[in-house]
Amino acid sequence: MAEAFRIRGAGRIEGARGVRFSFDGQSYRGIEGDTLASALLANGVHLVGRSFKYHRPRGIVSAGAEEPNALVGIRRDRSRQTPNVRATVQEVYDGLVAISQNRWPSLAFDVGAVNDLASPFFSAGFYYKTFMWPKAAWERFYEPFIRRAAGLGVAPDRADADCYSNRFAHCDVLVVGGGAAGLAAALAASDAGASVILADEQAETGGALRGEKTALVDGKSAWEWAKEATETLAQRANVRILTRTTAFGYYAQNMVALSERRTDHLAEPPTDMPRERLWQVRAARVVLATGAIERPMVFPGNDRPGVMLASAARCYLNHYGVAVGRRVGVYTAEDSAWQAAFDLKGAGIDVSAIVDSRPSPPEDFVERATALGIECLTGHAVTGTSGRLRISSLKARRIGGTAIRDIACDALLTSSGWTPSVHLFSQSRGKLVFDADSQRFLPGEGPQDCISAGACAGALSLAEAVEQGFRAGAAASGKRRRKPVPMVTEGASWSEGTLGPAEDAGTGAFAKAFVDFQNDVTAKDIAQAVREGMRSIEHVKRFTTTGMATDQGKTSNMHGLAIAAGILRKPIPEVGLTTFRAPYTPVTFGALAGHARGALFEPVRRTPIHDWAKMQGAVFEDVGQWKRARYFPQDGEDMHGAVARECRTVRESAGVFDASTLGKIEVTGPDAAAFLEMIYTNPWSKLAVGRCRYGVMLREDGFIFDDGVVGRLAEDRFHVTTTTGGAPRVLHHMEDYLQTEFPQMRVYLTSTTEQWAVIAVQGPKSRDIIAPLVEGVDLSDATMPHMSVREGKVCGVPARIFRMSFTGERGFEINVPADFGRAVWEEIFAEAQKTGACAYGTEAMHVLRAEKGYIIVGQDTDGTVTPHDVGLAWAIGKNKTDFVGMRGLMRSDLAAGGRKQLVGLKTIDPRTVLEEGAQIVADPNEPVPMTMIGHVTSAYWSENCGRSIALALLKDGASRIGERLFVPMPDGAVNVEVCRPVFFDEEGGRLHG
Amino acid sequence: MLLIHCPYCGEARPELEFRHAGEAHVARPVGADVGDEDFEAFLFLRANPKGIVFERWRHIHGCGRFFNAARDTVSDRFLVTYKAGDKAPADIEGGRV
Ligand SMILES: [Zn+2]
Repeated sequence: MAEAFRIRGAGRIEGARGVRFSFDGQSYRGIEGDTLASALLANGVHLVGRSFKYHRPRGIVSAGAEEPNALVGIRRDRSRQTPNVRATVQEVYDGLVAISQNRWPSLAFDVGAVNDLASPFFSAGFYYKTFMWPKAAWERFYEPFIRRAAGLGVAPDRADADCYSNRFAHCDVLVVGGGAAGLAAALAASDAGASVILADEQAETGGALRGEKTALVDGKSAWEWAKEATETLAQRANVRILTRTTAFGYYAQNMVALSERRTDHLAEPPTDMPRERLWQVRAARVVLATGAIERPMVFPGNDRPGVMLASAARCYLNHYGVAVGRRVGVYTAEDSAWQAAFDLKGAGIDVSAIVDSRPSPPEDFVERATALGIECLTGHAVTGTSGRLRISSLKARRIGGTAIRDIACDALLTSSGWTPSVHLFSQSRGKLVFDADSQRFLPGEGPQDCISAGACAGALSLAEAVEQGFRAGAAASGKRRRKPVPMVTEGASWSEGTLGPAEDAGTGAFAKAFVDFQNDVTAKDIAQAVREGMRSIEHVKRFTTTGMATDQGKTSNMHGLAIAAGILRKPIPEVGLTTFRAPYTPVTFGALAGHARGALFEPVRRTPIHDWAKMQGAVFEDVGQWKRARYFPQDGEDMHGAVARECRTVRESAGVFDASTLGKIEVTGPDAAAFLEMIYTNPWSKLAVGRCRYGVMLREDGFIFDDGVVGRLAEDRFHVTTTTGGAPRVLHHMEDYLQTEFPQMRVYLTSTTEQWAVIAVQGPKSRDIIAPLVEGVDLSDATMPHMSVREGKVCGVPARIFRMSFTGERGFEINVPADFGRAVWEEIFAEAQKTGACAYGTEAMHVLRAEKGYIIVGQDTDGTVTPHDVGLAWAIGKNKTDFVGMRGLMRSDLAAGGRKQLVGLKTIDPRTVLEEGAQIVADPNEPVPMTMIGHVTSAYWSENCGRSIALALLKDGASRIGERLFVPMPDGAVNVEVCRPVFFDEEGGRLHG
Repeated sequence: MLLIHCPYCGEARPELEFRHAGEAHVARPVGADVGDEDFEAFLFLRANPKGIVFERWRHIHGCGRFFNAARDTVSDRFLVTYKAGDKAPADIEGGRV
């Protein structure tokens, strides 16, 4: 298909390589340098989507990032498809595949458009009012309806195949926006020697000069000047220019986040190139040169395809060489739209009329238009449009008059003025000031080192914008300005414009006069919201959803605000301005995630024995960042079979267990014992060298924080162990007290978790297994009883040997330097096999400790459990005057009755294993919500007991031993009997061999 | 992301290196005979003002030291950072010292 609307001799991309692309399956031709929007318009395509709520046909409105309507899906392959891409930003490439959204079965014929006929039912607040009642309708009707209707595009159903990267950068001056003001700022700042980063969201710098044709800067066409300025900047070593890069967030202390799109414009992106790069730039100073966004006029039928911004039409003509129609109307309330009419007329396009709501626009404009043969209807309003999938005429009426003129057109260019883009300034926590004369919010005082320049700072002409930019750049560089400001001799200017619907646009002025195109919010909806009691713009926004779509109301917010203020008869600032939040334009999750996905999402920690366990066929589980061997299945065993065998073997013979993940902290120094006295509930000063003790650590509130065995290696040296997940927070907790509460103590804390491999050997045969490998340590019960620690050698390697047990059996934990862990493990395992012992995993470890009623902090406790609650009152030093949590334990609610206490539960049917987390009730027949008196914290099948076992926290549990209670489950309540939380070897004789 | 000046390292470093550690200058009452009100004030009550807060930070991915800071919660600006154990500077505007 030929590009029927491409104008020969117009635009700047003429002569570039041709490309083919498709939209909704139809193939079209474009030129390299086109956006999808300019290429579609070149082919006469205006209809690109259906609106969100009413499914009204919609066309291209803008030529930039503010586009509310032209959202399409871009599809490279099944795992690389992006919804809601603005056609005005997407560059075409050969083979680009775009599809329209929110229509079925086709864009031209859409069943959902029936919503438009039903629009009275979808008015403001519809969602809040309709989906209220009855409750049961939520699941069956409302929620599926909302889910289906919500959102325009369709997310891909495969993982993103692209890669993303991120980078940190520092500079003296960050210039946001590469238009006239931004380029001038970058020139001035870099000229003075400052390091500069210039970021611009478009494919090339130039900003609004893309649409400019007549202006002259330094005697050259403004576009030429922009290209030369860019060339000059590119050659400076102290300047980095980032195009296709959006500054989307402005954070504290001049940290600005940029998203750079690297491949979205390429036909065949190199596989090693990231699709996007997130820049986190820390700038000494920031120059915001973000420009202004043109607002459409608000009038009935202003959303018909073919109705678009005047500046966009000018840009499509002067940059892309595309006419947006053959017979074009203009409706405006400010000056700059007239220039669009002149440019189009100059390119040979018929301009049917210029309708200006102002009674007397500048005379020279009217004269010039008249001379060009364009009819000027000043003091007129457009009261409607006609056409189905494209505008065919506009209806104009003198303001205050009655006669309606119907004027044929195939495009209507509108402009009600320019809204300064103060988004980033506002994000920087800068205060916006309302300028009543020009009806604009402008940057005021700001807390950060930041200067706004150009149209975003209120400049009303190109000359003013360039001068502001230049001065801002010079000031930001901190040096004296040396060069003269670039001279704008012939320049564009724009005027203040209007807000809300034009005065006296007829009684129907509010109906179908769209304010927010993307969310289908009309002037009528906003008026209704105010009538129904919304007083603040924040309420109006939520009630009508205006400004809540993916464009965040860039073209609509000021209109909405003005309509609300008008009805409330209040000045605009009193109605408020909705908060500007990051991101300025949508940012992909990929850019934010960067490399942190898949295997790089979080570090994986493996023990020195990991590879051995893997070779043995161990099944692993994640414990925090650690991979731990859960069980070692043999000969086709399932988990149940393997765990049962491992548990049985440990108690019959012995088992070898990799405990390397236990947190380890070396506490040394003359005051080490005194420090531990403060950190643990237990007493430490009298613990003899060579002995160890189970310690309980509380927070100040009296609740259990962590636990572990601590061995005293010397008067001034302790080997502290923590839970696997608890090591970092325990060290942080200890450092906190040492540095800030007890700074006078001479103590040193060192994390040694990864210095030691820990091999636990547990079971009646444990000593027989290790004895042949140990040097220099007497392992006999007499010299090395339960809870002892010795330093010696194992397999010729320096070792710390603990005699301790987490199984209730005679046991040892051998610490050797991590590098020797695997070798020592293999030798111990070889010895173990001689006695019929086995390797066991974390699942068997859990079962074995539960058989003995040993708690796991974080499983049987939840941060609201005291030592008394779980039967550890014995671990509190009776004669201590202070420790962390001591006073907390005396709080009345911790001392009162009715607390949940640790108990055992035996199911009446011994084969039933309870669910961890299940609730416990006294009366299974009580109607829901039932009175819950406790919950199951641990539950297993115990092969050694021949039955299921469980630990639970139960209200007044200690006094309920022997009671029958119930654990309600979906298929009926399970009957249980409360017992003491020890299921095996209650006397504990096996510990001592 | 904030830049935070560590008084021990003598450098401003990115917030990523630090960890917030709650309100500063909350004295820990010692011993078992602390009254309920004093203990409540220590354990539960925090000022949480709009304006200048005194708070603790730890340079956890740097020197590891805890230190104090005065920060304005309105502007999110650090006014000063100082070593643990040092008194809050008395001359901070609007400060509660
Ligand atoms: Zn530091």
